[in-house]
Amino acid sequence: MTLLYPLQSLAAHPPRLSPGYRSTIKRAPQKPLIPIRQTLSELTGPVYGHETVRENDNDLTIQHKGEPLGERIIVHGHVLDEDGRGVPNALVELWQANACGRYVHVVDQHPAPLDPNFTGAGRAQTDASGYYRFVTVKPGAYPWGNHHNAWRPAHIHFSVFGHTFISRLVTQMYFPGDPLFPFDPIFNSVTDEKARARMISSFDLENTQPEWALCYRFNIVLRGRNATPMENKS
Amino acid sequence: MSEQRPDGITPSQTVGPYFKYGLTPNGEYAWNDAFTNNLITPDVSGERIRVEGIVYDGDGVPVPDCMLEIWQADAQGRFSDPQDARALPNSSFKGFGRVGTDAKGGYCFDTIKPGPVPDPDGTPQAPHILLAVYARGMLLHLYTRIYFDDEAANAADPVLALVPADRRATLIARKAASNPTYVLDIHLQGDNETVFFDV
Repeated sequence: MTLLYPLQSLAAHPPRLSPGYRSTIKRAPQKPLIPIRQTLSELTGPVYGHETVRENDNDLTIQHKGEPLGERIIVHGHVLDEDGRGVPNALVELWQANACGRYVHVVDQHPAPLDPNFTGAGRAQTDASGYYRFVTVKPGAYPWGNHHNAWRPAHIHFSVFGHTFISRLVTQMYFPGDPLFPFDPIFNSVTDEKARARMISSFDLENTQPEWALCYRFNIVLRGRNATPMENKS
Repeated sequence: MSEQRPDGITPSQTVGPYFKYGLTPNGEYAWNDAFTNNLITPDVSGERIRVEGIVYDGDGVPVPDCMLEIWQADAQGRFSDPQDARALPNSSFKGFGRVGTDAKGGYCFDTIKPGPVPDPDGTPQAPHILLAVYARGMLLHLYTRIYFDDEAANAADPVLALVPADRRATLIARKAASNPTYVLDIHLQGDNETVFFDV
């Protein structure tokens, strides 16, 4: 069965059962997934216009009366497909902890302060070349209950819509050189080192704004299509 | 701007336990919803329905921190996407919805019953809704489908035909006594594990 979006691309994803991350044990299916053809249902996806993303939704530092505490950063990059083509008009959603490593979510009761000037949610739509940009603050690391002395490396959650419903991607962006990488079972659930590296943003001095904010680049790569038969590879 | 050809896709990571304020705030946080669980637009034609159920983990415990997304055609079987080259819906119906499960693992969507959509050979598929499941403890979301138990077309559906007969019921929402509601629970594991698709 030839699929327009090959399943081989999915090999980069973590296995659904990854026992080091304990919560997967009761939430990963135990029966094999059933392969099906990609029909019009799978090969279409939601299209959202500018009404979904308001002006300034991509700046998490101006949503409240004052500025949030922490290190102001720019996070930008391209949403691409596997063939390197930019994905225009893609909706990119982002959420994260504050600079102290605390989420505004009511379930997060870790003893670090909330910041009244920071919710930690943003939204952007890519331009014609697939480019997006956010302004936010660098999130802190935080503890979690997975195992003794477990801490998540600082990360920003991303949700991205591509060309189709089966291009959906939810992932986490990490920061270069984090000392917590070797100890984090979620980061390491991705078994291939090169694939793990694609979740780590790179420091971008060229786009760092003097006297204002450090910049990190994070390109997001979605599933690509099979090469068309017309393409001449010789 | 041109980019180098990437060496692969960006791997998936879990949506985690704290997505609600960003993805499904539902009036409880200082952020607006991009999407809700009500897909009905005033101008859309078709039968108004509700689809509801509970999401369970492998211990049969309801999952209160799950996010569900649906994608469907309109009542004429057309998608609100220019990639569907047949004909665009003549309404503002988008066909996409999102909801977070409640404290008891429950979800619901208010939508319209979709029409049949052709498969790649032109064979009509029975009316169905695509469903994607995300949660803490799920490193990669899962895809399944919601069919309807009052559709005779299910018997000839090319996707249902790939599913072992004793597991098909996990994909078919039952019409409830209170019309027009359909009920489908999602079991991430266990004897009644929902059929998930490799797409």
